[in-house]
Amino acid sequence: MSNKEKNKSNRREFIQKGMRLSLGLSIAGVAGISALRVNADDYVWQLDPFKCVSCGRCADHCVVSPSAVKCVHAYALCGYCDLCGGYLKPNANELSTAAENQLCPTAAIKRKFVEEPYFEYEIIEDLCFGCAKCVAGCTAFGNGSLHLQVRHNLCVNCNECSIARVCPADAFERVPASQPYLIKGDFTAGDDHA
Amino acid sequence: MTKLKHFLITLSLFLINLPLWAQAQQRFPKPEFETGYVQPPTTTPDPRALFLEYLDVFVLIAALAIVSWLALKKRSRSGIFWMSVFSLLYFGFYREGCICSIGAIQNVALAIADPTYVLPLSALLFFIIPLAVALFFGRTFCAGVCPLGAIQDLVAFRPIELPKWLQKVLGLIPYLYLALAILYVVTKSDFIICRYDPFVGIFRFDAEFQMLLLGGLFLLVGVFVARPYCRFFCPYGVLLGWMSTFSKKHLTITPSACIQCKLCANSCPFGAIEEPTPAGSNRKQDVKRFMVYLLFIPLWIGLGGLSGSMLHVPLSKMNKTVYLANELVENPELINDQEHIDVVTFMQSGKSMDELVIEAKQIQSQFYWGGWIMGAFMGLVIGLTLVKLSSHRSRQDYETDKTNCLSCGRCMDYCPVKVNDKMLIMSKK
Repeated sequence: MSNKEKNKSNRREFIQKGMRLSLGLSIAGVAGISALRVNADDYVWQLDPFKCVSCGRCADHCVVSPSAVKCVHAYALCGYCDLCGGYLKPNANELSTAAENQLCPTAAIKRKFVEEPYFEYEIIEDLCFGCAKCVAGCTAFGNGSLHLQVRHNLCVNCNECSIARVCPADAFERVPASQPYLIKGDFTAGDDHA
Repeated sequence: MTKLKHFLITLSLFLINLPLWAQAQQRFPKPEFETGYVQPPTTTPDPRALFLEYLDVFVLIAALAIVSWLALKKRSRSGIFWMSVFSLLYFGFYREGCICSIGAIQNVALAIADPTYVLPLSALLFFIIPLAVALFFGRTFCAGVCPLGAIQDLVAFRPIELPKWLQKVLGLIPYLYLALAILYVVTKSDFIICRYDPFVGIFRFDAEFQMLLLGGLFLLVGVFVARPYCRFFCPYGVLLGWMSTFSKKHLTITPSACIQCKLCANSCPFGAIEEPTPAGSNRKQDVKRFMVYLLFIPLWIGLGGLSGSMLHVPLSKMNKTVYLANELVENPELINDQEHIDVVTFMQSGKSMDELVIEAKQIQSQFYWGGWIMGAFMGLVIGLTLVKLSSHRSRQDYETDKTNCLSCGRCMDYCPVKVNDKMLIMSKK
C-alpha cells in the first residue's frame, strides 16, 4: 500500500469513527432527554365520563370491531327507576321489556325486577357496541349512572387512540395501567385523577 | 368596595363549585331495598400485565442479538429467514403490530416536545435499542426483527430491479415522512405513522376497508418491488440508515475474497449492492463538481424551508382545532347546525369563538415554523443526496451499500466463496 492510499484510508477511518461517536452520542442524548419523561408503568387509554358528550363516535371509530368502548353501570349511582331514561325510548308505549320500547339498538341492557317499584339494569357487554344512546338518556333524565368506559380486556392500546382523535369533547386521556378505569362514583368531576 | 369584592369572590367560588355540588345531588336517590338485594359490583377487567410489556423488550433484545449473530458470525440466510418468521408471528400476529419501533419515533418526539407527556419506558427502549444495535452491526433489525419487514420479505417472489434514479427519488420519501410525522406529533395533531401503518390491519385481521386495501396493495407491489414500505416509506429506516452507514461492523458479502462473479448483485432484491467502479479518470473535474454541489446546499435549505413554510396552511388542517376554527370562520351558519357534533360540542363547552380562533392561530404558527424546519431538513437531504451522487468513489469489489442494506443475508447465501475456499484463492493468486 502506498503512502497516499494509506493516508486516504486513515482519513476515511477517522471520519467513520467520528461520525459513529457523534451518532452514538446523539442516541444517548435523545435517550437522556426523553428519560426525564419516562415512567416505568405502562399507560392505557381511558375516557373521562364527565367530559363525554355521548356523541356516539366511540361505536364507529375504534380499530377493534365492535368497539372496545362499552357502557358500564355504576350501580352505586343508579336510582333503580321503573321509568329509566337509559333503558326506555322517550316515547315508549309502556314500561316494559318489549323490544319496541327499548332505547338500546342491540338490546344489550337487561332489565330485572328487584322489588316494587325498583328495577336493576345490567349491561350485556357482548352486545354493547358503545353507541352511548343509553348514556345520553340516563344523563339527561336520570342520575347518569350509565356511562362509557374503555374495556381493557378488549382495547389493544394503540399508540394513539383512533377514537381520541375524533372525540369532540377531548374526553380521552392516558391513565396509568395500574388505575385503568374512571368509573363514575369512584371519582367525581374535577377530581385530579391523572 | 371591599364588600363588593367579598361578594364577588363568594359568588365566583359558588359558581366554580356549582358543577361539583350538582354532581353530588342525585336526581333519584338510591333506594333502600327491603328484600336484601345486594348491588352487583361494576366489573373492571385488567389491561395487559406490565411484565408482559417488558417481556416484549426482552424478546426484542434477544431477537436482535440472534439475528446479528446469524448475519455477521454464522452467515446463515435461512437462520435469518426463520427469525423473521418468528418476529412476524410474535410482534406481528401475537402483539398485533403494537408496540413497534417505527411508531415509537412519535412517542419519543412527543416526550421531548411536550413536558406533560408521560413516556412508557418500553416505548423508549423499543426506539433506542434497534438504533444502538444498528450502530454496531448494521440494520439487523430490518432483517429479522421488524414484523413489517418480515411480512414484505415473505412475498418478494419476483423482484425486479428498479432504475437507480427512481430508487434515489423514491428514497427521499422516507425523509419527508419522518419530517411530517415529527411535525404532526410536535403540534399534537396526529400520529400519522400509526394511522397509516399499512400492515397493522392484516396483523389484527380487522381494520377499515381502505387500510386493508392499502396493506394488500403494498403486498401486491411487494411481489415485484421487494419491501416497498421499508425502502420507500419507512421513517425509522432513515434513522437506521444513518446508524448503519457508520456502523462498526457490518455483514459482508463474501467471507474472504471477492471473485467478481456478480451473483450477489443479482441476488439482492433491494439494489443495495454497489458494483466495482474503476478509479475516476478526471479527478480535478470531479472535485470541482463536488464543491459546486456542496455550495448549493444552503440554497437547497433556503428553498426547502420557504416552500415548507408556505405549505403550513394546508398542513395544519389535519389538526382538529384548526380544522374546526376554519370551518366555523368560513361557514358561520354552522353554529346553528344541531347535526354537526363537533360544533354542538364546541358551543356547549362555553369557549368563545375568539378563544378558538386564537388557539387555532397559535397552532398554525407552530406549523409555520415547523414547516420551515421541515422544509430546510428536506432541502439538506436533497443537497446531500446530490453531493453523494456527484462524489466518485472507486471500488475494487462488490460491496454492500451500508445505508440501504437490510442485512437480509441473501447475498451471503449466493456468494460462491466459502470460508474454506480461502486457501484455494490464495494459492490461485
